[in-house]
Amino acid sequence: MSALVEAVGLAKSYALRRSVSQRLARRPVPTLRAVAGVDLMVMRGVTLGLIGESGCGKSTLGRLLLRLHKPSAGSIRFDGIDITHAPERALRPLRQRMQIIFQDPYSSLNPRRTVREILGLPLALHAGLQGAEAEARMLAMLDRVGLARAHLDRYPHQFSGGQRQRIGIARALILRPEFVVCDEPVSALDVSVQAQVLSLLRELRSEMGLTLLFISHDIAVVAHLAHRIAVMYLGRIVEEGPREAVTRRPAHPYTRALLAAVPRLDRPGTPAPRHLGGELPSPLTPPPGCPFHPRCPEAGPRCRREVPALVAVPKSDAHRAACHLLAGGVA
Amino acid sequence: MTMAEPLLAVRGLRTVFPTRRGLLAACDGVDLQLAAGEALGVVGESGSGKSVTFLSVLGLIRPPGRIDAGEILFEGRNLIRLPAAALRTLRGRAMALAMQDSLSALNPALTIGTQIVETILAHGLARSRAAARDRAVELLHCVGIPSPDRRLNDYPHQFSGGMRQRAMIAIALAAEPKLLVADEPTTALDVTIRAQVLDLIDRLRRERGLAVALITHDLGVVAERCDRVMVMYAGQVVEEGPTAEVIARPRHPYTRGLLASLPSLEDPDRPIDAIPGQVPDLTHVDAGCRFRNRCPLAVELCMQPVELRALGANRLSRCIRAEAVA
Repeated sequence: MSALVEAVGLAKSYALRRSVSQRLARRPVPTLRAVAGVDLMVMRGVTLGLIGESGCGKSTLGRLLLRLHKPSAGSIRFDGIDITHAPERALRPLRQRMQIIFQDPYSSLNPRRTVREILGLPLALHAGLQGAEAEARMLAMLDRVGLARAHLDRYPHQFSGGQRQRIGIARALILRPEFVVCDEPVSALDVSVQAQVLSLLRELRSEMGLTLLFISHDIAVVAHLAHRIAVMYLGRIVEEGPREAVTRRPAHPYTRALLAAVPRLDRPGTPAPRHLGGELPSPLTPPPGCPFHPRCPEAGPRCRREVPALVAVPKSDAHRAACHLLAGGVA
Repeated sequence: MTMAEPLLAVRGLRTVFPTRRGLLAACDGVDLQLAAGEALGVVGESGSGKSVTFLSVLGLIRPPGRIDAGEILFEGRNLIRLPAAALRTLRGRAMALAMQDSLSALNPALTIGTQIVETILAHGLARSRAAARDRAVELLHCVGIPSPDRRLNDYPHQFSGGMRQRAMIAIALAAEPKLLVADEPTTALDVTIRAQVLDLIDRLRRERGLAVALITHDLGVVAERCDRVMVMYAGQVVEEGPTAEVIARPRHPYTRGLLASLPSLEDPDRPIDAIPGQVPDLTHVDAGCRFRNRCPLAVELCMQPVELRALGANRLSRCIRAEAVA
């Protein structure tokens, strides 16, 4: 198995604007570190689930891997090709091999374009397909995502949320990509519709041999689709490993807290016993040392000083976590 | 539960909105009861009528929408017949609403403190601004905002999502209401923060006898927090009962379908079964069962009107084949 997408030391910072008073006081330009040094590999044919709370940088990471954003540091390789600084012209031929499905099916489709135009544009741009050939390809794709020929000349507002997400999926897959970033693709949908879309993604994944990065805050949804799971906190990957290992034997205290907070149907009337206190710190002023230490029940002095590296979890295969507990203790 | 008069009793509530395609009954014949200190989970997907039902209770239906039929008894008084002024006093004072979107529910141009103080003063719950301010500090402290006396001077955008949500609950609770309608209060929040907000609501219910209607699409949240659940579909209550029983043995095909469509963390490879099809157009529903076009159990008889009927002591189902739901 080879890596289709590989990131090393990947980081993205945004310089924020200073207020007038900050300028007068000659304060430094505040920077927001959305992604703070991520090493990650997505193997061909594997679905990697990426979970984390809002603001942890998971969407930014997904967009960086597609080079929709320029990284501030680190490198990205796609199928062995270094695309870290590739100019748009060089990225063009790769674009059709990597696609994205967005969260909000209401705002990610141009309301002034028909489905025919939405699907036709990538075909014309990347595959040079027009006319009957393009139409045949569109109809096959529509049929595959559960829409009909009659839908081809309709506008996005004429569809329900679930149908719109099917259009979003059709748009992403019509060029037969290898790698697709799914950024919270079912979060805006009702549960029964969510299940329809998840099942569709699962089928299409095996039919087309897709490699997916599936981003969601819903752990149960991620576990349903992913082979491997990465957990992100404040711009860093804090744990990564096979799905079973991460969900059943979580090694990082944050992953344990996340799993404990998931409401469960099988024990009505008993809220999870211990909940994580505190708030996600602002990425503008990340705490020193381990980013999780202010909320961690097991933090020690070392956690306040030293950023933990991702290390192998003992007795667990291909499973890594960034916690001092696994590497010499927190004292 | 005692046989005492429930705090809230709704009977035959029908709320309609005129649309270009005809009259739309967003909730149609809804009955419900809620006692002091009770948490009722109200579950349903978008368009099920769960929010409209409780906005009707709070008198917050905007014209041209209107309550077309039914009665809403709050402590025995029918709110529908109440004059606007009397309803206004009751609302905010005895009944409060916490909404999903705390960013749009709070005024961005006023500090959190001002908004709480105004609420307290508007309901005449403090004699002076200073007393109202003290009360505001106490409320923020109670919802778990650290250093509340300093944070009172912050604007909503300076609060994190979880803190905003809790500040909104603080405003909702400023007048010590008897009923809190929490409409998807935690949907926009992350799991760890969500648990904190739900813990707070739970505590107020136990300590102050607050009645809570928790409107959500998340059955997991209801399972943890509510003794009783009411499932709505296409404007009607389709099932009601003790949460644990409804989850273990649903008695309506829609409830069963909802449960089957949830991925499970314990058994992630279990196939999830989506409910096929879509919710019917509420401007064009007939008298028959509204779920029948998506129902695996549907028979000819489902075209007849279906009443909500009792199954045993405390279960209700709007399905003629409730016994066949497994």
